[in-house]
Amino acid sequence: MKAFAALFSAIDQSTRTTVKTAALAEYFRTAPDDDRLWTVALFSGRRPKRAVTTTQLREWASERAGLPLWLVEESYPIVGDLAETIALVLPPPGDTSDRSLSDWLGDLLTYPALDIAARKARTLDAWDRLDATERFLFNKLITGGFRIGVSRKLMTRALAQATGQDEAAMALRLMGDWTPQTTTWQRLVAAPDAEEDDSRPYPFYLAYQIDGAPETLGPPGDWLAEWKWDGIRGQMILRGGAHHVWSRGEELMTDRFPELARARDFLPEGLVFDGEIVAWDGAQPLPFNTLQQRIGRKTVSKKLLRDAPVVMLAYDLLEENGTDLRDRPLEQRRDRLDALLAELPDDANIRASPLIPFETWNALAQTRSTARDRRAEGLMLKRRDAPYLAGRKKGDWWKWKLDPLTVDAVMIYAQQGHGRRANLFTDFTFAVWNGNELVPFTKAYSGLTDAEFNKITAWVRRNTLQRFGPVRQVTPELVFEIAFEGIQPSSRHKSGLSLRFPRMARWRHDKPAQEANTLDDLHEMLALYG
Amino acid sequence: MNTPVLSFTDKGIYCPAGDFHIDPWRPVARALITHGHADHSRWGHDSYLSTDAAAPVIRHRLGDISIDTLRYGEQRRIGGATVSFHPAGHIPGSAQIRVEVAGEVWVASGDYKVSPDGLCEAFEPVKCHAFITECTFGLPVFKWAPQATVAADINAWWSACAAEGRPCLLGAYSLGKAQRVLALLNPAIGPILTHGAVENTNEVLRAQGYALPDTVRVTPDLDPKQHPGAMVIAPPSALGATWARRFRGAQVAMASGWMRLRGVRRRRGADRGFVLSDHADWDELHQAIRETGAEKVFATHGYTDIFARWLGSRGYDARIVPTEFGGDEDIAEDTA
Repeated sequence: MKAFAALFSAIDQSTRTTVKTAALAEYFRTAPDDDRLWTVALFSGRRPKRAVTTTQLREWASERAGLPLWLVEESYPIVGDLAETIALVLPPPGDTSDRSLSDWLGDLLTYPALDIAARKARTLDAWDRLDATERFLFNKLITGGFRIGVSRKLMTRALAQATGQDEAAMALRLMGDWTPQTTTWQRLVAAPDAEEDDSRPYPFYLAYQIDGAPETLGPPGDWLAEWKWDGIRGQMILRGGAHHVWSRGEELMTDRFPELARARDFLPEGLVFDGEIVAWDGAQPLPFNTLQQRIGRKTVSKKLLRDAPVVMLAYDLLEENGTDLRDRPLEQRRDRLDALLAELPDDANIRASPLIPFETWNALAQTRSTARDRRAEGLMLKRRDAPYLAGRKKGDWWKWKLDPLTVDAVMIYAQQGHGRRANLFTDFTFAVWNGNELVPFTKAYSGLTDAEFNKITAWVRRNTLQRFGPVRQVTPELVFEIAFEGIQPSSRHKSGLSLRFPRMARWRHDKPAQEANTLDDLHEMLALYG
Repeated sequence: MNTPVLSFTDKGIYCPAGDFHIDPWRPVARALITHGHADHSRWGHDSYLSTDAAAPVIRHRLGDISIDTLRYGEQRRIGGATVSFHPAGHIPGSAQIRVEVAGEVWVASGDYKVSPDGLCEAFEPVKCHAFITECTFGLPVFKWAPQATVAADINAWWSACAAEGRPCLLGAYSLGKAQRVLALLNPAIGPILTHGAVENTNEVLRAQGYALPDTVRVTPDLDPKQHPGAMVIAPPSALGATWARRFRGAQVAMASGWMRLRGVRRRRGADRGFVLSDHADWDELHQAIRETGAEKVFATHGYTDIFARWLGSRGYDARIVPTEFGGDEDIAEDTA
């Protein structure tokens, strides 16, 4: 673990991407195969399953440190990271260890077969042989959360540097359904990419939000427009007699959406579609909360299939007859897509997301303003002659979303954040008026600057009325404009509604709490846009 | 009825028998001051009493004030109370204040750290019945490495940057932390530059006889190129400001107890965070409280509710001192 801890420290001790990339590349050049393979796995989100609950970890740590559990739990929100809290409260180790990253991970993989007492014994033993940084990393591995400031993009670049391969090619070979147990460093990274993995998806191309008006994009004739659907981005692969559905987060979702298997009955082999999976009422998408019932369910009941059926609205064709089309201009890919899907019956459950014809940017702006009626979030603008790139690249794909809905609300609860927001109040609950009563209706965490969070933190400390564990009830005084993308009825919330993507648009210093919006205002919005 | 030796008012800690306040935050007639940091030594009192070692800095910061001084350990009778100042080991001149009324002794700690740092007067445990303790770092996650280890880390970082030809920018509060860091630096590595706020304090302390290495004040016409491989000591607030931009390619670090928390360090945007605090860590707080022999402990300045609850569970009569901000933690990330 020492080499991996040194890598972590080098990455963690710099704010410069070039330094981080160089440190990773050096590690990829020199580390043993098993360790570097695991490192690629960890930084691409392939973590070992959580082998121990966080409650167990807290209990074992407090026992080992000779501290009451409540004291460890009170420390956690201030540190903002459980793995770190535990690493910090434990007594210094009695021993050291030369075991490598993959040795420790190998241990963790055996945990599910052990009883709790044995897992505990192994964990305590590890804590006693690892130094502070190693312990922190070990705890991160054991809790199954491993985000430590290395993006997948950065890792891919470092791998490309270390192996002298092309970055995009590297990104492609890291995609798909592998784990360190099913492949080797040689096969995944080092050997020529001869992998015949039928399920492997292409890296997704991600759009940026356009700043201001689209006039800056040049002549409208250079662009295609589509609705921006509010669903789950997905890639559907038809190869080798099977189909595979991938999420943007590179999760295999094939079994979650069994109705998409119908595509196989109508379409030939060797196709890869990019599109949006949406809940569908036969003519248009259902609200996102209908789709939400399907997310996170690995097995789907008949009732759910009936109540929340899905289709894929495909907007790009990345492969046809087994040939990678990503270098072709969008226009050509789109023609092929439309030709493939035009004649399919409705129950194929895949259809082309329609293009929106337009002559001028003004006319398109008019169309955009009707997006909510179409259950869309706005428009997508894509350059006709653009290839399909990998990752988030500026220039060819733009989101042109509707302006969000907004409401002015009063902050009533505050809680400390995690990670770099440790010891800072950043997580707030907001309420609107119902007569003289404030009814909570949403939480929000983002949208303000660090300087604003600092100010609010000082304010929260002075204006705490009551504490409920890590949550502070505060004087209902501060007003924020809450922006959101959608509003839905909800029986689980006291307010009777829930918001989509709520965030703080700004701090309304100018507004007293009495002038915040009311629950009636929100229900009016629900009636209009829900 | 038994009047307590010290009580807690909306102006701060108050001694009815002597009619004086300790580190008050609103103007009072007579203020006893533990040390010169702004949250303890405020402007506007009619008269001040501090250690002779702390007075020059307090004067420097507050200007024309009426200030009287005592040597460490020297007793003074004020009304029905006898007071004396004892080293707190926090910054040069800092003190705990001992107050005795009719044989009962209370000690207000101000800010303190137990392990000696070689620059300021070393902490001295004072026996008392009641101890008012700060608890800025009163959580078990806060434990400091020995000073020599941190000093070696800072000097190694400086050497590595100097070898690359990069300046080092180290954020350290201008009174106390900056001078402590200066005293830990190995001047053989390169030149040491200081921000004006730091250098002004250096001048005051040097005149008192505190040993600090040679430094160069950063003035508007200073050319960083003339000082290759320099270590630049500045207040944390200057690191993100225009002032720091002249040091091109600099590596940035912070020296503070808060650097123990990765989240805080990342938020500060520093390349390195050196865990170096002028406050007691978790173990030192316990050591200090134990050595006072006090049964009654008041927690102030920090995670007071958590710390008092913990002390209570250990058999102490522990309470929270309401401060100006309602007994809540006061995270002075820049000064700690």
